[in-house]
Amino acid sequence: MPREFTPKVITANALMQGDVVYLADNDQWTRHLEDAAILTDEADAALRLLLAQARSAEVVGVYLADVTAEGGTPAPTHFREDFRRTGPSNYFHGKQAEAR
Amino acid sequence: MYTYTEFDAAFVAERNRQFRAQVARRVDGSLTEDEFKPLRLMNGLYLQLHAYMLRVAIPYGTLGSHQMRQLAMIAERWDKGYGHFTTRQNIQYNWPKLADVPDILDALGEVQMHAIQTSGNTIRNVTADHFAGAAADEVADPRPIAELIRQWSTDHPEFQALPRKFKVAVTGSPMDRAVTLAHDIGLRIVRRGDDIGYQVLVGGGLGRTPMIGKVLHDFLPEEDLLPYLEAVVSVWNTIGRRDNKFKSRIKITVHEHGIEDIKARVDARYALIRPLFTGIDQQMLGAIRADFAPPAFRIAAIDAYEAARAADPVFRAWADTNLAQHRAPGYAIVSISLKAHGETPGDATADQMRVMADLAERYGHDELRISHEQNVILPHVHKSDLPAVHAALRKARLATANIGLISDIIACPGMDYCALATARSIPIAQEIATRFDALKLEHEIGEMKIKISGCINACGHHHVGHIGILGLDRAGVESYQITIGGDGGPDAQLGDRTGPGFGADDIVPAIETIMLAYLDLRNGPSETFLAAYRRVGMDPFKLALYGDAEAAKAAKRKTGSHVPA
Repeated sequence: MPREFTPKVITANALMQGDVVYLADNDQWTRHLEDAAILTDEADAALRLLLAQARSAEVVGVYLADVTAEGGTPAPTHFREDFRRTGPSNYFHGKQAEAR
Repeated sequence: MYTYTEFDAAFVAERNRQFRAQVARRVDGSLTEDEFKPLRLMNGLYLQLHAYMLRVAIPYGTLGSHQMRQLAMIAERWDKGYGHFTTRQNIQYNWPKLADVPDILDALGEVQMHAIQTSGNTIRNVTADHFAGAAADEVADPRPIAELIRQWSTDHPEFQALPRKFKVAVTGSPMDRAVTLAHDIGLRIVRRGDDIGYQVLVGGGLGRTPMIGKVLHDFLPEEDLLPYLEAVVSVWNTIGRRDNKFKSRIKITVHEHGIEDIKARVDARYALIRPLFTGIDQQMLGAIRADFAPPAFRIAAIDAYEAARAADPVFRAWADTNLAQHRAPGYAIVSISLKAHGETPGDATADQMRVMADLAERYGHDELRISHEQNVILPHVHKSDLPAVHAALRKARLATANIGLISDIIACPGMDYCALATARSIPIAQEIATRFDALKLEHEIGEMKIKISGCINACGHHHVGHIGILGLDRAGVESYQITIGGDGGPDAQLGDRTGPGFGADDIVPAIETIMLAYLDLRNGPSETFLAAYRRVGMDPFKLALYGDAEAAKAAKRKTGSHVPA
C-alpha cells in the first residue's frame, strides 16, 4: 500500500531577500503561510513543485513542506516549519516582526 | 598587528569585484543556483532558515578598534544592529540581503577584512589562542605563523576543492586555549631546551564522528612547517574520501589508514616538495613577526586598581572572574563576557562593539580578540585602567562577571537561524544562565564549561564541554542529549553520554540535577566538576538523573565508552 498523501505547501527562500516564501493559489510567492496553496493531490503537488523549482530567478531551495489543513488554513506539522514561518526565538525579528 | 601589503589589498579587492559580478550574473539569470552556490560559499555567504548569513573571518581572532567599528557600522547599515561571534573566531551577520553583500565585502576590505574561505571545501579561517601575545604562560605568540598559514592557504591553487572543509588551530601555550586536539590540524608551539618547534597534531575533530587528534610530528623546526602542512593537506586531498561526505574529513582518513601510514605518505610527499620552499616563506614570516611585536608596555603604579578592589565588591567580583594573568608586570588580560544572563551567547550590538573598540583604543593598545568561547578580549590593559574599563563596560551591559562559570556557555545558532540544525540551542543557553543566576549557585559551582550544539555537526563543541548538550529532532520534537566529562584543554577528552535525552522543558532541570549532585558529592569547593567526575565516574550522575532503574542498567553495561553521535 502506498502511503497516504498528506497535505503540503510549496516553500522556498526568496533569492534577493533570502526570507521564507510560500506558493499561493495564484502561483505568486507569498510571505505568509496562511496564504499558501494547500496541495492535497500527489500528482498535482509533484507537478507544481517542478514548475516552482524552475523559477530560479525568484527563489532558492524549493521543497514541499507538510502542513495540516484544518479549516482550510495551513499550519506546520513540524517545529522547523513553525520557526521558518515565525522567525528566531531570541529576538523579535523575521516574519513575526513584519506587519501583514 | 598585521597590516595588508599592496598585494593583499589588491587580491581582496579583485575577489570582491569578481563576487559583485557573480551576484549580478546570478540575478540576471546567467548563473544557476547550482553554479552560484559554490561561489557564494567561497565568499562566506550562506542561505539559512530566515535569511542569508554572511560569515566574516577574524583571522586568529585578532582585531583593531577601527575594524571593530567597521563591524558595528555593517551591523547597523546592512543588518539588524548586531553580530554573532562564533566558536571559530568569526563574526556572522544573520540578515544581509543578497544585493547588499558586495557592498558589505567592500566595506570589510576597507579595514583589511574579508569573508574568503569561511565556508566551502577549503582551508578555513586559522584560529589561535585568544590570549596570544599576552598570556603569562606562553612559549611564543602563535599569530605570526597563523598569519603565514592564512596567506599560504588563501586561494592556494591545490586546495580549492578539497574533499571537505579543513580547520587549523595554533596555540603557543601549554594551556591550549585553542582546542588544537579537535582540529584537522592542531599546532602547538613547544620549547625543547633553547629551541622552539612545532608539535603537529592531525585528525582531530568533533561533528558526527568525534576524534581526538594524534601526534603526527613531535617537534618540527619552524622553517619546515609550511612544506610539512602542504604535504599533509596534499596527502589528504589525494586519498581523502570523496564518495561519502560523512567520511571525507581527515580524521576519517587518519582513522582508516592509521597514523603510521599517513606519516609515511606525508614524509614521502614532504621529501618531494620540500626543495620547492626556498626560504621566501621564512623571509615573509620574519616581516610578519615584526608586525606582531609586543606593544610598548608602560610601567606604572597599580594603587588605583588595589584601591578599587578594596572599595568596590562588584569590581572585585568582576576582576576575580574576568581577568587573566598577563606576561607584562602591572598588566592584565580582560575577558569581556558576551554572556549576560538571559542574552544570546556571542551576540554584541553595534553600540557594544563601539564601546569595546573605544576601550581597546584608549586603554588596550588598540587590540581586541575574539575567543572561540564567544567572548571578546582586551589582551593588554594596565591594571590602573581597570576601574575605568569596568565602569564603561557596566554602562554597556558588558560587565557580567561569569567567565569560566556555568553561564559562560558556548551555543551554536541552532534552529533559531541555522538550516542544518535539528533543535534550538540559544533558548537552552538563555534558560540555564537565567536559572543558575536565580539560584545564586554560579560562583558556588565554580569552573564549569557548558557547550551546546543544535545538531551533530557540533559547532557548539558539545563533546568537549564539561557538560555537553546536543539538540536533536526525536520524532518531530526537540530533544536534548547530555554528555559529561568532556574537556577541550591540553589533554582534551570527549564527554560520556548520560543516557536517554530530555525534552526541551526537562533539559534545564536535568542540568540543575547534575549540578546539585556534584555539589553534594564533591570533596570541597576546590574539587571542580571535571575533577569530581573523573573521581566518581558516571554512576552517581546517572542515578540522580534517571533514578535506580537506569543506574542499574548502566552498572550492568559498564558504561564509559564515548558517544558515537
